Amino acid sequence: MSDEPKPVDSLTYEQAVAEMETIIQQMEGSQLDLESSLALFERGQALAARCSSLLAQAELKVRQLTGQEIAGLQEEER
Amino acid sequence: MARSLLLPTMAVSVSDITRYLRQLMESDEVLQDVWVEGEVSNLARPVSGHIYFSIKDASASLKCVIWKSNALRIKVPLQNGMAVEAHGYISVYEPAGQYQLYVDTLRPAGEGYLYQEFVRLKARLEEEGLFSPERKRPIPARPQRIGIVTSATGAALQDMLNTLGRRYPLAEVVLAPAAVQGTEAPTELVAALQALNRLEGVDVILIGRGGGSLEDLWAFNDERVVRAVAASRVPVIAGVGHETDFTLTDFAADLRAPTPTGAAVQATPDIADLKLELLAAQNRLASALEDRLSYERSVLDGLMHRLQGVSPLRSILNDRQRLDDLWLRLERGLGHGLSLRRARLTGAEERLRSLNPLAVLERGYAVVRQANGVVVTRVGQVAAGQDLTVRVSDGEFDTRVNGAQKNE
Repeated sequence: MSDEPKPVDSLTYEQAVAEMETIIQQMEGSQLDLESSLALFERGQALAARCSSLLAQAELKVRQLTGQEIAGLQEEER
Repeated sequence: MARSLLLPTMAVSVSDITRYLRQLMESDEVLQDVWVEGEVSNLARPVSGHIYFSIKDASASLKCVIWKSNALRIKVPLQNGMAVEAHGYISVYEPAGQYQLYVDTLRPAGEGYLYQEFVRLKARLEEEGLFSPERKRPIPARPQRIGIVTSATGAALQDMLNTLGRRYPLAEVVLAPAAVQGTEAPTELVAALQALNRLEGVDVILIGRGGGSLEDLWAFNDERVVRAVAASRVPVIAGVGHETDFTLTDFAADLRAPTPTGAAVQATPDIADLKLELLAAQNRLASALEDRLSYERSVLDGLMHRLQGVSPLRSILNDRQRLDDLWLRLERGLGHGLSLRRARLTGAEERLRSLNPLAVLERGYAVVRQANGVVVTRVGQVAAGQDLTVRVSDGEFDTRVNGAQKNE
């Protein structure tokens, strides 16, 4: 877990879901002061909204490897 | 046959002897599980859906029947003159008194050899541990990047893409195209697998193709392909052919799916489930906060209660009451003091009045003053011819001293 929260819009669905799960567990643990709980709740809501919009907008992306990529002639990308 | 001389043997009915023959055949192990090789002839496909034909070689012929239920499964396009290997059991069709092969499986001739090879290779790789359950890796529940190894033009690819797009459009697909049949297929399949393994972030690889004959699927039994699947860094789901087709790739893969579509299903969560999960998470989030808030509320209530117990307001009220009390007492006390004083004052007035020299004057006494105002109380203060003022009750008059004598 990173220390400073990333902007919600930069998160993938997986990251958002994972963080939401962590937040819920923290809140259910109830060891936090109220202000932190409220802050976590707001963050959780933002994450849920992010997930919803990702699900609503998602469209399968397909990329086909080139012959060169398959032959391994090109240096490894990324 | 000595007995027959004495008593003619009883004849048995055709039915009985035929049934006897049938039971004889059906109790023979060889006849109940046999592969027979030959050329198809007299092929007949009536509307019933059952298939009737003979297989023959140079010197013999064997009647065959494939019941409709089996005929639907058998994908070999039968033709007269075709060399086939048929599997089934041999029994008697009693109405015609004819023994025949009841076929349940059928393959083009020559596949028997392929099959032998398949079994041999499978045993060898199995012994090596290539298929052992410990090697199987878990499939990630929510893959972000899904690699696909199949023909770029096959129906299998479309099936997989449709399924992935419908179930889990959040994913990104990387297609590594490869021929899935023919002599080039094994090397292309291996190269495609390796290319996907070189890429970063591929979470799972789907490898597969649509249904076909055993020969069509053969590339997926190639040792190089099977080893590449087993060696893949990324977990592999195999979906080769139909549900009944098993290839060595299936055994080497981390997960076997019955079809390419099945592989796409097994690789991904369903978006409908994700939406439900999300809803559940939102509910948990909200109730976690609600619980927290109601806890805080109860803590606050408790504190308020305790605070009221120690509130200065109460002592202020107490003090105010005491003040009122004091005030009342003060007023009462004051009034009492006043009347007392008033009474005392009245008494004093009485006394004062009784001491009033004017009252004494009323009784006939007079006050004599010298011209300088000094009251005369002794004879020695006056001399003859001195003027004095005499004050009586209702006024004054002047007088002159004629003489004075002192009382002895």
